[in-house]
Amino acid sequence: MTDLFAYDFMQRALIAALLVGLVAPAIGTFMVQRRLALLGDGIGHIALTGVALGILTSTSPIFTALIVSAAGALLIELVRVRTRTSGDVALALLFYGGIAGGVLLIGLAPGANTATLTSFLFGSVSTVSTEDVYAVIALAVIVLGVLAFFGRELFVLCQDEEVARAHGLPVRLLSAVIAITAAVTVVIAMRVVGVLLVSALMVVPVAAAQQLTRSFRVTVALAMGIGVVASLGGVSAAFYSGADISPGAAIVLLALAVFAVSVGVGQVVRRRRGRGPVPQKGAEAVPAGTIPQTKPGSLDPGSPST
Amino acid sequence: MSVEVSRVESSASAHDTPPSSAPPAFRVADAVVEYDRKPVVRGVSFEIPHGEVVAVLGANGSGKSTLMRAMLGVVPLASGSVEIHGRPVRGFRDWGRIGYVPQRLSVGGGVPATVREVVASGQVARRRRWRRASAADRAAVEHALESVGLTDRARDSVHELSGGQQQRVLIARALAGGPDTFVMDEPMAGVDAANQQALARTIADLARSGATVVLVLHELGPLAPLIERAVMLSDGVVVHDGPPGGLLSSSPHLHPHTSDAASLPAAPALEVPLRD
Ligand SMILES: Nc1ncnc2c1ncn2[C@@H]1O[C@H](COP(=O)(O)OP(=O)(O)O)[C@@H](O)[C@H]1O
Ligand SMILES: [Mg+2]
Repeated sequence: MTDLFAYDFMQRALIAALLVGLVAPAIGTFMVQRRLALLGDGIGHIALTGVALGILTSTSPIFTALIVSAAGALLIELVRVRTRTSGDVALALLFYGGIAGGVLLIGLAPGANTATLTSFLFGSVSTVSTEDVYAVIALAVIVLGVLAFFGRELFVLCQDEEVARAHGLPVRLLSAVIAITAAVTVVIAMRVVGVLLVSALMVVPVAAAQQLTRSFRVTVALAMGIGVVASLGGVSAAFYSGADISPGAAIVLLALAVFAVSVGVGQVVRRRRGRGPVPQKGAEAVPAGTIPQTKPGSLDPGSPST
Repeated sequence: MSVEVSRVESSASAHDTPPSSAPPAFRVADAVVEYDRKPVVRGVSFEIPHGEVVAVLGANGSGKSTLMRAMLGVVPLASGSVEIHGRPVRGFRDWGRIGYVPQRLSVGGGVPATVREVVASGQVARRRRWRRASAADRAAVEHALESVGLTDRARDSVHELSGGQQQRVLIARALAGGPDTFVMDEPMAGVDAANQQALARTIADLARSGATVVLVLHELGPLAPLIERAVMLSDGVVVHDGPPGGLLSSSPHLHPHTSDAASLPAAPALEVPLRD
């Protein structure tokens, strides 16, 4: 274990991975509940255009990615609300626009080609610089701060937008808060897992956690825990394998493994609970002939990713 | 029957009945609401004085839910106007006074939430930022849970509950914020007889404490003694507005006991008949 921390680059990599694992599932829980599980993916593709723009103009790619993906996230919200385009079509438009923009711009940059983008596509945690670490810390503090500040309102909004309006909550502002926070998270995570897999860290730990929980608060906390374990585990696995394993891929596969285990454990727990004292209380005693009872059917546990 | 019906004190946090000079709770004038350019509410006008208990009746699809949404500014008006407590809905700020019970619990993306979390979220318009829930806040949540007989389910996920229990969660959420103006869209749908009685007592207490209550109902049922006035919608227009006497028994096109779910294309994919 000691040799893991013996290298400065590994220390930086582990700090970055820890923060990404912590932050991505936190905002991810709200996105999943708002049925925007693929928002992170859409923003990731747009961030690619931002990266290319940074390389083309010789500015920090993280900075330009931040600006462009935040603008793109707001655009997704606008397209969703203003036009008769459903959320997934709005996302698709930005997927393609983002990739095309990135490839086009990088081609214009002298001395760079699509290979330059590869480290952003798949992440390159071993080249994280000290400045990158400071940027990641700052962004993580901002994201967690925003979630702490708006958490109560965001919970209501993601639960039911109509009810949020009937509480007088600023629905448009809060939607923008989610979009921009997601964009910031994508840019944080980009260096570690890459834009192609960034959305996975926002969604998979949440999908895993919700197999086991009954409370929103606990789901957020557990998802963050799973995210941290997967991130640190993936980076460590990459280190011990030499350069053979991509850290981004290892992180996501670890998270998926946790998801698979959670599904199994969750089913066992629910079945056991089902045999317990709950059902007698659970079924509302209905005298024969009254209102037809409905009950939420088996809620598809995989729904966040669809 | 596991539900213990506790005697419910006033759940509205002591709003005294204001002087009769208070503006009406709702003033709806020539309200038109359209979905995709198709008018669903077509020129509705009425006033609901503060403290009145009003039933909104009508067949499925007659625009009841849409009218409730428009009264709270949830959907925009194509024309006409809505005032809440004397202020145009766009300029209304005192949302802590409003308790909205939507027709059904929205499942969202399926992230679990406990009954207590959902009920406590009803205080969002009242709670101060950065503060933990005060003793009074927590007491209000417990009281709301008790009023709907769900204290023993507080730690369960709302997704695990039956339709009738979810309905009671939505009512408790509205109660928890301590509002004095309620808009309830079919609050009794799917709720069994004993709990309907309990909810009726809760609503009676609200009415006694001076709250305004607007209820979309399919049948007056145990609420009958409370209802001072019935507004009947048909195809988006008001066809009756007055005392409820004899209205329901003489209206064959109403389908009591029928959930809207059957006729709406939206959510029912998530609802399956209870097996036993
Ligand atoms: N969000 C919506 N988009 C389009 N049409 C809708 C929407 N909600 C309701 N409708 C339609 O508007 C009409 C009135 O619906 P609603 O207000 O729910 O009636 P009720 O509550 O009386 O059953 C119905 O024909 C319904 O199909
Ligand atoms: Mg309705």
